[in-house]
This record gives sequence, structure tokens and C-alpha cells, in this order.
Amino acid sequence: MSDSTLMAMAERFLSALKHCQLLNMRVAQADGDGMTLVLPWSPAIVGNPQTGAVHGGALTTLMDTTCGMATLCVLPRFEVCPTLDLRIDYMHPAEAGKDIYGNAQCYRVTRDVIFTRGTAYQDDPGQPICQVVGTFMRLGQDIKGGIRFGNNLKEGGV
Amino acid sequence: MIPQAIRQQLNAAHAVGDYRPLLALIPYAGLIGIECERQGDDLLFRLPANPDNIGNPLLPAIHGGVIAGFMELSAALYLLIYSESASIPKVIDFSIDYLRAGHFRDTYAQCQLWRQGRRVTNVAITAWQGDRQAPIATARAHFKIEPEKPLKSSGQPPSE
Repeated sequence: MSDSTLMAMAERFLSALKHCQLLNMRVAQADGDGMTLVLPWSPAIVGNPQTGAVHGGALTTLMDTTCGMATLCVLPRFEVCPTLDLRIDYMHPAEAGKDIYGNAQCYRVTRDVIFTRGTAYQDDPGQPICQVVGTFMRLGQDIKGGIRFGNNLKEGGV
Repeated sequence: MIPQAIRQQLNAAHAVGDYRPLLALIPYAGLIGIECERQGDDLLFRLPANPDNIGNPLLPAIHGGVIAGFMELSAALYLLIYSESASIPKVIDFSIDYLRAGHFRDTYAQCQLWRQGRRVTNVAITAWQGDRQAPIATARAHFKIEPEKPLKSSGQPPSE
């Protein structure tokens, strides 16, 4: 799959996720190396009003979505891949006022399961806000919503 | 440190079992719409069905990140009330297992404090929808807390 096709597919996928639209998330980069999404900072995602730090839930949403969408980079055809589990280690708080980037790769793809890992950062990818590993289940294309969702992605109809 | 005014608000909220003024201080709580009620000595957290929390539009199902955020926030609120930490508990790590799709309906969560050390706590969180015996997700988290009394500073990290 070409990078431009992948990028367009990722944008259509993300635009179908209601909560991600609420957070104004967008695709920064999608290619064979992985997926990068942006979560713009907004006052609504603050968890600690004393410090202005972003809530872990918003970061988890960013990273669950980024890791899940990283599966698009490694699968020949779209498959529904729900999250089996996700583990987040918080390195330091996300600063108020700065966009947050989520980057993830798939480091192992098996018949049934895809292993992903990623980080979230603001200015410097070398100083991540959090490190994430997530495991996703491959449900294939023959499940409820799968074919329709996949075809819609191809045709741009979602 | 938790300002005195907020500590008083916390105590007042817990005394009458109305946590809305407390939740109103946290923007993310309002974003996802978390609610909290007292059940005897325990707290029950509720995430009312909200179209803005949908991830997969075809099932439709609640976004996994929202379920995780709801559970992490539940754990933090639980600790605010039960851990007597002198500061707002800070999340260290969070791990979630998704057991079933979270359908477009109300979701509930309950917390269990497995271990309270002087600086770190371990909390387990269970989330369910219709049937408490069929959870949609289980999670566990570590939070950093501050002891009420300052630890003795001997130059060595205090032993747990």
C-alpha cells in the first residue's frame, strides 16, 4: 500500500471515531514505519486544575487510537482489531498549551494477535510523556461491521 | 499539596454523598461525564451513555480510551477520598484488560485499594454495564501519594 493511500485511509478511519473528533485529533503521519496522531491541547482535557496537567484518560485515548491505527500500517487489508490490553507508564506530566503527539509501531504480527508499542510527547520525542504497549486482536474481515467498515474506508464513505 | 479549601470541599462532599462540586473542578471529568455516588462505605462511579464517548461507530461501542480514562479517574477520586494523601494522587502507571465491548449504555466502576504504602498505592478497578459479574474491563494502577507527615530525611530513601 502506498504511503498516500495509507494516509488517506488513516484520515478516514480517524474521522469515523466520534470521541476522537470531539478531541480534534488528526493524523500527522502514516507510513510503513508507523502511525503518528496529534491531540491538540485544550482546557477540556485537563485533569489537574492546580497544575494544568493533561488527564491520563486523554493520553490513553490518544495512545489506544494510535496503537490501534498502527495496525493499518502492517495489514494488507483492513481488519477490525479491538484492544486486548494496554499498559501506560507515565514519565512526566503533559504541559498545558502544547499539542501532544502519539507515535506507535507494530513490532510483531501473528495470525491472531498484533503487538504494538508507542510513546506520547510534546516538543521532544526523546522526552516522552508516556510509554505504551498494547495488544490487539485480529478479528479478520468477516465480522459484524468489519466488511462494511473496510469497504467504506476504501471508498471514502465513512 | 491539597489546598485547605479543597480538602474541606472533599470532606463536605463525602459527608453528604454529593460529589458534583468536586467533579466540577476537574475539566476531564466534565468532558466524559463521570458521576459518583456513595454506597455505604464504598463509592460507585457511573459513566452515563453519551454519544460523544463513542469510538467504533458501527457497533456502536464506547472508545476504549474513554473506558480507561473513566477507570483511571475513578481510581484517583477513590484515593482522594480514602488515602488521606496530603497531595492529589499522581498516576505512575495504568494497565487495562478489555474483556468485552463497552456498548452504548451506562457504565459502572468500583475500586479496590489493595495496598497503601507510604508513598505508593496499588488500586484495582472493575468496570461493568448490565451485569456486575460480566465486567467489560479490569484495570490496575499505581499512584504516588504524599504522606500526611513528612518522611524523615536521612539521605536514604525511606523503607516501605
